[in-house]
Amino acid sequence: MRKIAITVSLSIFIGFLIATAFLIHPFGYPPSEMDDYIIENTQSETGANSAVTAVVFDYRGYDTLGEATILFAAVTGVVMLFRRKKREN
Amino acid sequence: MTQGIPFNIPFLAVAVMIGIAFYIIISQRNLIKLVMGLSILASGVNLFLITLGYRKGGVAPIYTHTPAGIMVLPIPQALTLTSIVIAVACLALMLSMIIHIYRHTGSTDSEKSRIMKG
Amino acid sequence: MMSKIVRTMASLLILFALIYGLYIIMHGHLTPGGGFQGGAVFASGVALLIVAFGSDNVHKSLKEHHLSILESSGALIFIGLAFGGIATVFFYNFLVGSSLFGHIPPPGSNPGDIWTAGVIPFMNIAVGLKVLAGLSAILLVMALATTLMEVEE
Repeated sequence: MRKIAITVSLSIFIGFLIATAFLIHPFGYPPSEMDDYIIENTQSETGANSAVTAVVFDYRGYDTLGEATILFAAVTGVVMLFRRKKREN
Repeated sequence: MTQGIPFNIPFLAVAVMIGIAFYIIISQRNLIKLVMGLSILASGVNLFLITLGYRKGGVAPIYTHTPAGIMVLPIPQALTLTSIVIAVACLALMLSMIIHIYRHTGSTDSEKSRIMKG
Repeated sequence: MMSKIVRTMASLLILFALIYGLYIIMHGHLTPGGGFQGGAVFASGVALLIVAFGSDNVHKSLKEHHLSILESSGALIFIGLAFGGIATVFFYNFLVGSSLFGHIPPPGSNPGDIWTAGVIPFMNIAVGLKVLAGLSAILLVMALATTLMEVEE
């Protein structure tokens, strides 16, 4: 009974994914108004030659701040899980 | 749908990867295979983000010694960078928790390490 | 602890890995790369050292207390730079057009000038320090834990 329910729901989900892959926009022509503005005005507003670095650190700096926080929390968690007790010898 | 149904191979590859990852997560009992399924899911989502921003015949969006031509979109590449770093951090934390579970209960089977029963 | 050939080549190659990582971090605003990628390259050099020399020998020189100080200073520099332009908006690029790192490149294809892009090179250095220290700490702590588990049982 459980196996039938899992099989039916999984096949509906995978069918939905494959139908989305056919109905999305054709592969080489994405819609892009915001990116046209960024490609035009990167060199005059930020002064960087690389549009990807300007987007990561200047236009979307909040996302980089959140990612630095997540990296810090994960490193703290891993170092905390492997502490050793002091041996009394 | 006046121009017919487009046959996009990269989006089909993403759909197959996400489907395989979900099947692995539901059906496997060993904890390490579960973590492998989560890693395949993260890779599939990163591939989807990059292939959303491709323009036909485009070059990289960098102005240093660039050849002439239209540029691909830079925003999905920035989001993919963030996503890769977050996936690495979560993978490190999950693996160290599996080491602790093995040390306390003696097996990596998810059915044998349940502590809330009844 | 591996054989003598491996140890000699590893102590020679760590120098090239460090220079390559710092090059990718510093030229983040001109070529593909930046803080995250350069930090990952340097952490792979530390992984080479741990495999060649054994984790006990590396732990004698590189303790996780010093790595923690490096990572925290990277995070504090990043937040301090974000608060620098608070007169306008939170993440404002306040060094474009001024004297330090303030040139503006000519539009279109050009050979890159390193004194451009305002606050972005400093942010690259801060994030590069953070990723470098964080990934090295994860590798060192996990490698030490495996030797300890052999002793306990």
